[in-house]
Parts: sequence; structure tokens; C-alpha cells
Amino acid sequence: MSVDVRIPTILRTYTGGEKAVTAEGATLAEVVADLEANHPGIGERLLDESGLRRFVNIYVNDEDVRFLAGLETAIADKDSITILPAVAGG
Amino acid sequence: MLKISRKLVDDMVAHARADHPDEACGVIAGPIDSGTPTRFVPMLNAARSPTFYEFDSTDLLRLYRDMDDRDEVPVVIYHSHTATEAYPSRTDIALASEPGAHYVLVSTRETGAQEGPFELRSFRIVDGEVAEEEVLVVATGD
Repeated sequence: MSVDVRIPTILRTYTGGEKAVTAEGATLAEVVADLEANHPGIGERLLDESGLRRFVNIYVNDEDVRFLAGLETAIADKDSITILPAVAGG
Repeated sequence: MLKISRKLVDDMVAHARADHPDEACGVIAGPIDSGTPTRFVPMLNAARSPTFYEFDSTDLLRLYRDMDDRDEVPVVIYHSHTATEAYPSRTDIALASEPGAHYVLVSTRETGAQEGPFELRSFRIVDGEVAEEEVLVVATGD
């Protein structure tokens, strides 16, 4: 599956400044692994040892993957994926 | 330096007072590359907390889509502190993820939901480094 992934400003250092890149994978976990293979370092900004980082939001089409199947969310051809860091603080 | 209209300052302070003692939060969007905050977008604090704020994830996506459609960026990201000074907390610094934004803090610790003195300060937060900047309040329309 080939999908477009929208990259937030703060992670564009990993994509050569590109706002969107294409990636491959049948699940979100595979898409993230493919992103890491092509843009080394980005994976660590999205995942920690427990999975998706608490303050990173990933949407498949318009749905937060936390309301889907998380990293196991199935990805279909031409889905669009959006990554947005949480806007949060104390 | 942050140059901002009196009206937008008043909007942020009014939002902070309305949500006191919980933290209020939002964005002031503006045209890409202009550096000028123009469109006030108060957000719900999904945490509904006096010590934490977080935009709801669905609202967050809608906000960024809207800004993209309008060729805008978040020029200002604001939130309130309701018991402490208007200075970024360690959590604020750790989670700041818009290096191009002015992070504005409003403190309502003195007067709470009432009219009266307030603190409002602006910061850049990049890679964990905080730099305070001057706030120039101009008459609306300048």
C-alpha cells in the first residue's frame, strides 16, 4: 500500500523540509517502519518502547488511530496519514 | 518581538478568566510568513485541569486543516496559568512543538475570573530553550 503522510513542521528536518512524503505498509506500524527506513530518526520521534508516543497524534484519514487499532490499524491504498504533535503543556 | 493588537490580547485574557481556575488554551492563526496574529481560535482544554492543558485530538486535526486551507500558521499558541506566574513550566518546555510560534502565557493567579491586573508574557521555545521576547500591543487595525 502506498500512502501520503503529512509531516508536521517540527519533523521536517527528517524529510528534507518536505511537508508530505509517501510511504508503504499494510499497517500503521509498517508505515512507520518504512518512514524510519527512508528518513532515519523520525521513528524515534513517533514511538517509544510502549508504542505510539503519548504526545504524538497520528490520524488515518480523519480518525485518530487511538480510536482505531493504534499501530495495528490497517492501511489501504491511497489512505492519507497525518502526524501532528499534541498541543499541550502544564 | 510579538506585535499584537489590543483586541487579541483582550480576547486571550477574557478566555483565561472565563476558564479560571482551569487552564485556558488556544491559537491565534495568521498568514504564512507574515508573523502577524490575526484569527483568534479559542480551543477546549480537553484535560479540564488547573495544572495541565491539551487540545482535543479531533479539534487539533480540524484546526490544522483549517489553517492549511487558509494558508495560515499558528502565530501564537497561548495558555493560562491559574496559580503560578506567566512563565513556561517544565512540561510546557518539554512539549513545545511549534518552533515558529510565539508561546504566550497569561496568568490569572492574582484576580482569577475577575477584572483587574493580569500577567501576559511571550516566549520562543525551541529545542528546550526558552527565550522571552517583548510584547508590543498596538491599537486594533494598526
